Amino acid sequence: MPMKPKKKLLDEAAVARTVHRIASQILEHHPDPATLALVGVHTRGVPLAKRIVKVLESLGAKKVPVGALDITLYRDDLTTIAANPVVKETTLGFSVDGRMVVLVDDVLFTGRTTRAALDALLDWGRPARIQLAVLVDRGHRELPIQADYTGKIVPTTREENVEVRLKEIDGEDAIWVMERDHA
Amino acid sequence: MLDRKDLLGLEGVGREEILEILDTAKGFVDIPQRTVKKVPALRGFTVVNAFYESSTRTRTSFEIAAKRLSADTINFAASSSSVSKGETLLDTAKNLMAMAPDCIILRHQLSGAAHFLSTQVTCHVVNAGDGTHEHPTQGLLDAFTIREKKGAFEGLKVTIVGDILHSRVARSNIHGLSTLGANVTLCAPPTLIPVAVERLGVRVEHSLDRAVAGADVVMALRVQKERMEGGYFPSPQEYFELYGLTNARMKGADRECIVMHPGPMNRGLEIASEVADGPRSVILEQVSNGVAVRMAVLYLLVVGRKTRETAD
Repeated sequence: MPMKPKKKLLDEAAVARTVHRIASQILEHHPDPATLALVGVHTRGVPLAKRIVKVLESLGAKKVPVGALDITLYRDDLTTIAANPVVKETTLGFSVDGRMVVLVDDVLFTGRTTRAALDALLDWGRPARIQLAVLVDRGHRELPIQADYTGKIVPTTREENVEVRLKEIDGEDAIWVMERDHA
Repeated sequence: MLDRKDLLGLEGVGREEILEILDTAKGFVDIPQRTVKKVPALRGFTVVNAFYESSTRTRTSFEIAAKRLSADTINFAASSSSVSKGETLLDTAKNLMAMAPDCIILRHQLSGAAHFLSTQVTCHVVNAGDGTHEHPTQGLLDAFTIREKKGAFEGLKVTIVGDILHSRVARSNIHGLSTLGANVTLCAPPTLIPVAVERLGVRVEHSLDRAVAGADVVMALRVQKERMEGGYFPSPQEYFELYGLTNARMKGADRECIVMHPGPMNRGLEIASEVADGPRSVILEQVSNGVAVRMAVLYLLVVGRKTRETAD
């Protein structure tokens, strides 16, 4: 169904502030970030995780490893969704065993992506702890999943969509609420 | 997007489809490095491996591929089954269908067997080698290996040396690599080159030195003694002398040239150990890539199909 922009929620500066705040909160919970690692969920969670790590390092944390996780093969709707999703590479580059892993995603919605990400991550080993950081929480959970670090809570209707746009992928930093285009 | 029920050959498979399989396979390469070496994508699906010809590598590769996708696998070897009691392929197929598999992998000594089976069953069929016709997943894993090493296919000089006549691997590679833009040269004694093979858009060269000159990829093929009833060449010694890959013969190839072989190898016949185990050889990488490529084929066929059914 075609969607059109309804409202701009965050602009470039606000996205940067939000990323900064999430990073500070992570550091507050992990005063000793030696065992910390960030894992971005494809697609937009990956550049977000990299940005958070950059801020963490600017705040004094030493080299925080950052990985990318593809959850396509763990989806619970593989056999029902309209388009066959492209399988992307999972590149962790570090062992998750015993680590404090923060999963990073752009939008928290039904919680099903996070469920899939948890299953995917656990197939790589046994982290000491897994937390979740999201840029936007738009509600409508279908599973008992909550974020530990939330950039912005945005109440939406089910018909709306939240679109996170990032420079690395979309050429601009912004968050939009989209609505159905009936035209 | 791979939009087909079966994978019977690479003839007629488009560039976009091949690239989609190769791209998808990339996402499967890392799975053996995980603590849990499988993903749940094909949970609840059943894959039947029906092998009417002996095979270690391909059957194991398909079985591992299906298992790493969490599918249930049933192995079925002709020598130890009702086929040895005289059951026809059609009857076997009907009986297999009664067990409701989602995909049948077929290896058969007759060209066209996979095509025949695909017209008789409603599930997916993957050709794992039919007679001297095609072996598409071998062609795909060779393309995948070449792309890993060379980056792109356009203008790449690929030389295939050996028993082209009996080789389904050669046919799949000719179709696949030509579609992807590589220039394919075939090299063998005239008795082992199929008639009018030039029509497939390849160059034929009977001198190994000329065929290897400047090549980016040299692929040796197994001399298929089991399919040879007459004398195709005077003696193994003479064959090795004229068409065996040795370090000396490889001198004319590009400095970065890689050497491939679909296996199993006849060392000292089509390839010398110094080449098979040498620094240019990517033969064992072909085997590991085979699992990832077969996972991609199973995933795209089986999951893609379900997707289309519900979308309709």
